[in-house]
Amino acid sequence: MLAKRIIPCLDVNAGRVVKGVNFVELRDAGDPVEIARRYDDQGADEITFLDITASSDDRDIILHIVEAVASQVFIPLTVGGGVRQVDDVRRLLNAGADKVSMNTAAVNNPQLVADASARVGAQCIVVAVDAKQTSPGRWEVFTHGGRKNAGLDAIEWARTVESLGAGEILLTSMDRDGTKAGFDLALTRAVADAVGIPVIASGGVGNLQHLADGVTEGRADAVLAASIFHYGEFTVRQAKEYMRARGIEVRL
Amino acid sequence: MKVVVVDYGMGNLRSVAKAIEHVAPTAEVRVSSAAAEIRAADRVVVPGQGAMPDCMRELSARGLRDAVIRAAAEKPFLGICVGLQMLFGHAEEGNVMGLEILPGRVPRFPEAAMAAPDGSRLKVPHMGWNQVHQAEAHPLWDGIADDARFYFVHSYYVEPLDPEVIAGSTHYGIPFTSAIARANIFAVQFHPEKSAQAGLRLLGNFMRWNP
Repeated sequence: MLAKRIIPCLDVNAGRVVKGVNFVELRDAGDPVEIARRYDDQGADEITFLDITASSDDRDIILHIVEAVASQVFIPLTVGGGVRQVDDVRRLLNAGADKVSMNTAAVNNPQLVADASARVGAQCIVVAVDAKQTSPGRWEVFTHGGRKNAGLDAIEWARTVESLGAGEILLTSMDRDGTKAGFDLALTRAVADAVGIPVIASGGVGNLQHLADGVTEGRADAVLAASIFHYGEFTVRQAKEYMRARGIEVRL
Repeated sequence: MKVVVVDYGMGNLRSVAKAIEHVAPTAEVRVSSAAAEIRAADRVVVPGQGAMPDCMRELSARGLRDAVIRAAAEKPFLGICVGLQMLFGHAEEGNVMGLEILPGRVPRFPEAAMAAPDGSRLKVPHMGWNQVHQAEAHPLWDGIADDARFYFVHSYYVEPLDPEVIAGSTHYGIPFTSAIARANIFAVQFHPEKSAQAGLRLLGNFMRWNP
């Protein structure tokens, strides 16, 4: 049976992992390669890098990071942040990324999703949907890190990007992100049920029960978390053992 | 020993090459789109990502079709993902023909079979870590537990006419063939280069294989 995936997410700025990563015996808490290798050892099913580099001068640094990680860590890598054109997608894939995630650029130019998917295949294209609840049962898409309302219904947008050729949706609740209150399960389930492509739940994980709920209640195909893993509260392996004990199929 | 990873312009070849270098540090690993290099190689890996029609078109456009067919006939040959699918005949994706080295077709996961027990639906692409049941002992399975998990990303799967070639199978809504073996050919639907220890083991086995 297909396992539900657990995906640690790392924010990278100018080649360094930001937000402290607090593992025992980590030599360099900012080194993406060492951290990725550590997550691989723990049994992470994939790793996602979010490039938050603001300066365009430093944008190519992520390519070197991806090259370095991909030559040492043999699990799927997803990279997002700053992708604006098909050529950005190709360069990341050529560097060793398996999937490329786009958010603002997809909203501004939906044709980018179609063009990129046609060029490199749907399986490489992830559309990140950042959603905020605006009224009961309605969530809207936000861009620019949650600051700008795109005026799109999140569920409709998920269906749209599926039809444009996205292979996966990374769904983040902007209401829950950083709260440790758990995923927005109603949002997750609404989107997961609306599309035929895999959905990764993100935003709000504070404990292992939240991860399990994302799969059982939210019907997500994968769950993404950052801080609970970075600060050493839980290992990926502990998360998987917890999920398995609740009857969820995982790779252990 | 020289291994060539066939480059026909599709997908992430770098990861395949890096993974082989990792398990066989003394081997010469070349990513190449030159027919002469494929002919001169000791071993050939045909990866592949993306849409089958594009892959077939690029293979022909680069003049690699014959070199790949020759390699599949005479030297240790590893097909990965579309590199498995192209060994067969008719592909539902784009309604194109593969290389027809093995009889069979390449259909898409049928919508009707994609209902999960909890009432949700199984998603296509089939993406993530699934179990591979080994149909028979094979040198490429050496040291890999039966039902070990490998990383898959695909919407189409192979349906061989000859059950004798089935080396591994996986269940996703339906049972499907996830590995085939015949003589010097071994080909897998999953991505060994992205399948952590089990995948590296399989690549190492391939590099040691003397069919």
